[in-house]
Amino acid sequence: MKKVPYRHRISKIFELSLVVFLLLSTPLIAQEDAAPQEAEAVADAGAAAGGDVAKGKQLFNQNCAACHALNRKMTGPALANVETRLAEEEGLDKEWLYAWIKNSAGMIASGDAYANKIYAEYNQAAMTAFPTLSNQDIDDILAYTAAPPPAPVTPAGTAAATGAPAESSGISNELILGALAVVFGLLVIMLFLVNKTLRRIAEANGVDLEREKAEKGMPIWKAFAKNQFLVLVTSIFLILAAGYYAYGWMMQIGVDQGYAPIQPIHYSHKIHAGDNKIECKYCHSSARVSKHSGIPSLNVCMNCHKSIYEYKGNPEGPSAEDIANGYTNEFYTGEIKKLYKAVGWDEENQRYTGDSEPVEWVRIHNLPDFAYFNHSQHVTVAGVECQTCHGPVEEMEIMYQYSPLTMGWCIDCHRETNVNVADNAYYEKIHAELSKKYGVEQLTAAQMGGLECGKCHY
Amino acid sequence: MASNKKYWKSEAELNPNDSIVETLRQNEFPEEIPVDDFLGDKENLSSGNTNRRDFLKYVGFSTAAASLAACEGPVRKSIPYVVKPEQIIPGVANYYATTIADGFDFASILIKTREGRPIKVENNTDAKVGGSANARVQASVLSLYDSTRIQGPLANGEPVEWNVLDAAAKAKLGSLNGSGKQIVLLTQTYASPSTDRLIGEFGAAFGGIKHVTYDAISEDAALSAFEARYGERALPNYDLSKADVIVSFAADFLADWQGGGFDVGYSKGRVPKNGKMSRHIQLEANMSLTGANADKRIPLKPSEQKKALAALFGKLNNSNVSVDLGDGLSQAIDGIAAAIRKAGNKAVVLTGLDDVNAQAVALAINEMLGSEAFEPTSPRYTRQGNNAEVNQLISDMKSGRVGALIMDGVNPMYTLPNAADFKEGIENVDLSIAFSTNWNDTTAVATYTAAANHFLESWGDAQFQKGHYSLMQPTIKELFDTRQFQAALLTWMGNDKSYYEYIKETWSTFILGGSDWNQALHDGVFVPSSDTMEEGADDPVAVAAAQTDKEEDGDETAAEADVTSVSNAVRSLASSSSEGIELTLYSKVGMGDGQQSGNPWLQEFPDPISRVSWDNYVSVSKQDAASLGLINKNVANGGLDGSYAKLTVNGVSIDKVPVIIQPGQALGTVGLSFGYGKTTGMKEEMQVGVNAYPLYQNFSSTQSVQIEKSSGNHEFACVQLHKTLMGRGDIIKETTLEIFNTKDHAEWNKVPVVSLDHQEVPATTVDLWEGFDRSIGHHFNMSIDLNACTGCGACVIACHAENNVPVVGKQEVRLSRDMHWLRIDRYYSSEDTFEGDNEKKDGLSGAFGSKAGFEEMEDPSANPQVAFQPVMCQHCNHAPCETVCPVAATSHSRQGQNHMAYNRCVGTRYCANNCPYKVRRFNWFLYNNNEEFDFYMNNDLGKMVINPDVNVRSRGVMEKCSMCIQMTQKTILDAKREGRTIKDGEFQTACSSACSTGAIVFGDINDEESQVSELKESDRMYHLLESVGTKPNVFYHVKVRNTDEA
Repeated sequence: MKKVPYRHRISKIFELSLVVFLLLSTPLIAQEDAAPQEAEAVADAGAAAGGDVAKGKQLFNQNCAACHALNRKMTGPALANVETRLAEEEGLDKEWLYAWIKNSAGMIASGDAYANKIYAEYNQAAMTAFPTLSNQDIDDILAYTAAPPPAPVTPAGTAAATGAPAESSGISNELILGALAVVFGLLVIMLFLVNKTLRRIAEANGVDLEREKAEKGMPIWKAFAKNQFLVLVTSIFLILAAGYYAYGWMMQIGVDQGYAPIQPIHYSHKIHAGDNKIECKYCHSSARVSKHSGIPSLNVCMNCHKSIYEYKGNPEGPSAEDIANGYTNEFYTGEIKKLYKAVGWDEENQRYTGDSEPVEWVRIHNLPDFAYFNHSQHVTVAGVECQTCHGPVEEMEIMYQYSPLTMGWCIDCHRETNVNVADNAYYEKIHAELSKKYGVEQLTAAQMGGLECGKCHY
Repeated sequence: MASNKKYWKSEAELNPNDSIVETLRQNEFPEEIPVDDFLGDKENLSSGNTNRRDFLKYVGFSTAAASLAACEGPVRKSIPYVVKPEQIIPGVANYYATTIADGFDFASILIKTREGRPIKVENNTDAKVGGSANARVQASVLSLYDSTRIQGPLANGEPVEWNVLDAAAKAKLGSLNGSGKQIVLLTQTYASPSTDRLIGEFGAAFGGIKHVTYDAISEDAALSAFEARYGERALPNYDLSKADVIVSFAADFLADWQGGGFDVGYSKGRVPKNGKMSRHIQLEANMSLTGANADKRIPLKPSEQKKALAALFGKLNNSNVSVDLGDGLSQAIDGIAAAIRKAGNKAVVLTGLDDVNAQAVALAINEMLGSEAFEPTSPRYTRQGNNAEVNQLISDMKSGRVGALIMDGVNPMYTLPNAADFKEGIENVDLSIAFSTNWNDTTAVATYTAAANHFLESWGDAQFQKGHYSLMQPTIKELFDTRQFQAALLTWMGNDKSYYEYIKETWSTFILGGSDWNQALHDGVFVPSSDTMEEGADDPVAVAAAQTDKEEDGDETAAEADVTSVSNAVRSLASSSSEGIELTLYSKVGMGDGQQSGNPWLQEFPDPISRVSWDNYVSVSKQDAASLGLINKNVANGGLDGSYAKLTVNGVSIDKVPVIIQPGQALGTVGLSFGYGKTTGMKEEMQVGVNAYPLYQNFSSTQSVQIEKSSGNHEFACVQLHKTLMGRGDIIKETTLEIFNTKDHAEWNKVPVVSLDHQEVPATTVDLWEGFDRSIGHHFNMSIDLNACTGCGACVIACHAENNVPVVGKQEVRLSRDMHWLRIDRYYSSEDTFEGDNEKKDGLSGAFGSKAGFEEMEDPSANPQVAFQPVMCQHCNHAPCETVCPVAATSHSRQGQNHMAYNRCVGTRYCANNCPYKVRRFNWFLYNNNEEFDFYMNNDLGKMVINPDVNVRSRGVMEKCSMCIQMTQKTILDAKREGRTIKDGEFQTACSSACSTGAIVFGDINDEESQVSELKESDRMYHLLESVGTKPNVFYHVKVRNTDEA
């Protein structure tokens, strides 16, 4: 069944014209590029403590950030002002810290009281020893931890600052349209006036009145109705056109291309697969071996989100479009909290409460039961990119169904796609024989028997 | 000799004037669509309120509504695991080796699970002993999802918490210690080393308990005979593949005789190899599955069987046994004795006679012959029930000497012949606890009902046969708040170990001998190496297994004593007599002892012999039926009707027992099967048949019975006349071993000829169509060996499970709307030709011959030969169904499979009409999510058994065998993913992998090395109805009978 893509043609024309309008109207839009917020406001207060804050930050991110944050508990304790805190609360000096960082296990074994206390407090998770860090390195890190936290970029301000242009862009669109309407109106009036003027001139001259009279005797529709051939042709044309569009409309019933339901957790493939370039099959691992690509279980999310508890956004800050949609950093961080709630992760104490509630995702790709589709056949054996069927997932803020998932769509691909037989002993014999039979080098899936009903319907 | 034999499926077909048979021959769908019901009545039509305009309005509205409704798809949720178990990948099946040991069926099996749900039973090919998965074991996975299961412990029928039950049990058991009242465990046969050890420790903890093992269908006679001879209460093992001559006195060893599981060895010897195959002689009363497979079957009353056995012993022993046999029988026994003598130690004698003397004599004969097939040194433990102890228990209970009764795996209120006594007894017991998965007659009388695990939720172990151990592991977490018996014992003993730890401890101490536990658990079976075996001899686990040598090192007096005891036994056998009609009680292939009578797959499974589903019945010979006025008749829609009879044994009667006239039933005998007639705790649809246990008096399967006709007419759901072959008799081909060995295959495996250019040529060479080129890639073929097929039906249930074949219920089966993709046709035949009659007449002599012989000749159904033929879609290369489908819903593949696209089918049923093999099934109704079909596809629990890789069909579409395309496609995909070629044996279908006898072999004939391509070259190969020119991809092997006295 070939899908008639007429609907898209219309929408494409519409989109194209909109683009043309927008392009033409850019000069009209007020300059709205918000000045990027420079968030590099790190006071070099730690220098006094004898460490290099910038270097310390780098070292901290390399070595410590997987388990420690400055202001919150993670796998290990929060480290902001750790040096002073230890000195004041526990009476421990820097030497204790050096020893602990370089060999925590040794400290615990030696029976150091605080070392054992902290070990017990954090679920007996041993801290990795860092014998390679020099005392100077540790100083640098401590300097970084002692530095006052970077002045948070006031999100409210950002929102306000960027909210205005968003609104103004909405207004400007209306303005453009309004202006255009006015222009068109003017044009119509002008045409009418010109016509009127010309008519008046003609009347004054008394030239064309005769001809107009003659034509008035036979109106165009009557002439048309009289010409039976023309009527026939037109009606055939109209019927065909109606049939064509009706068929097209009916054929897209049940085809949910573009289906983008609202999900219980706003999961952005754009951030994960696009910005952070996470490989699809890291999360959808069963696509390699199973018929299902599998929606990752929440423990897979927690592999990363144990440490990634907030969304910091891309370095440039949220784009105007994101902000217009409400995709602020706080929004995303809120979605991470939803994940924590679902999986039962107690952020405070860094442990699972066991109180979980599965996430009820809305299924986007609904293949009917009578069609058998196997991901591993396509992903592992054929080596088809996920994007071939699922589209530019790495650009999708909201996941939607990219392909029509109709039988025609499947079959078109099977007809055109060559089977990936390289280095696969299974195909050796059949490829040699079939390519000889068909006289081709490369075999399509269809030639391999990929169009037979029973291959997908059982 | 295929051509001159007459085959029939039903008694009715022997009557040439039977119009119904003729109708069924002509019509695939015997019932007309009831058009006249709603269009024929003119008056009614015209008086109706709906006129043409209204009709058009309705049509318009419903079309518009339907198209609007179609625009918006439903929102589907997809809910992943919160924490995914490491082993589970959605969409990939996991297999676990486990064991079924429910007291009746014992087998090492593999369980296929999908997303944690067990969905299919497979054979564990590592297991060398014990039965393979029969139809009941195959179906057991559905019993796990029985919606009528007890979901938690009950006290007098009211739900309670486990701790209430535990407290009551502990208190009572503690107080009984030393009180003089007994604590009794009444259990099934476990054959479990850990359970035996546990029961021992449990007894020690409570100052001695009594453990009574109870088999609903007792093998007490065989156990006692073996114990008397070999000192151990067990059953001998037989390896029938080593036997050249098998003589069986009513031993239904292809079904459930002595625990079953002999079919694999039997079939090995049945396939002619180098011109030789085993010869099987069966003397029996009922037509059993085993008798149906026999080369020579002698229908005999049980009392005569005993005499015949005594006579045979005399003949073989050269001693004079005075038995009064008729001439004919005496000649037959001479023949059997000669055959046995000739075979020497390659012969074996089996008996299913429920008589300790008969069992002792059979053991003596086998020992005398030195039979290679007879293996008393590695006995089986799969039946341990002790009738005397059960009777003792009942009398103890009645006299109030039992303080606590704990039952597991038994349902005495249903299975005991004297259930009333048991009920009286249990009222005198202070504490009675019944472990059960379902509400039944026993839980109804017990104080507490302990909701028990299904075996797929339990841990366990078993020793089927000496030195062969198996492990049972759970394949799913308990679905409900249930607990297994052993775990409860541990709790009540105050042992906080789990039963898993307990088994592991037992195994590492007594069984494993240093071998790896995980490996044993992975394999599901474990055979200790010989040196650890010796150690095992003195462990406490190998229950009293050590004394088997007693007989061997006994002195001469012992041997003499033995001789006298055997001769006593022979004497008592020889003098056995009977009065009236003899009833033989038996277990049906589909139902066994009735544990799974709530299982819709098994209810719908047609009995291999009678082809009746959803019922048990009394089987009567034609002659007896005529004299008793009992009839069977076929009605217009193809259904079978039968009279009712009233059976009375020692004053106990069962009324309204449906009657089946069974060809081959011995004169003066009737048969009735166990396992039916259960009502307590059963869905209404499953309450079918009559309960035969009340007639099982003194645990004897043969009874003297009075039978009389009672009023009424029973409607059977019998499929024997369904899907008939339009009188094409050559669908089954058979020959005798002599002809097979001496003549060319063209003679006994005739290919039909057709005229082409005025020349007769084989039909297989003529073709209307051009075929596809199938030489490249895979080309699947299936081979079915009619010699190896015993008709057991495991494949039918395996197909049910694999392909989501719906259950339609008794009424629908009666209307020939059963959905089985795979049926096993059973054909009767006799030498029903003039030639055969003449030969027979010449052979008649003496008193036995003349009258009875002529009577027999008049009546071909007296003792017919039987042939089984599994028939599924033949996947014709030139399929008649494909050419008539108006919408191309069924089409052909290059791999040899005939595809069926359900979503394309519009339900014209042309294909079914045009199929010469009658293998297409039409979905007359929506069988899933339909309250009208309350079997398993309409509730969430039952639906868990559905195979997610196979579509669940909807109403109005055709369906048929797909040659398990989902399995072949998976095999191909696995190979592709691993980048390797496919080895022979990897391609399987549900039926071929369920077939333990090797009758069904599946594979790729483009692989020259494959077994199936080798089988295709065999002289015995033929296709069904070659003359039709369909070129099927399923082929059969001519049945060879070893009938000649060789």
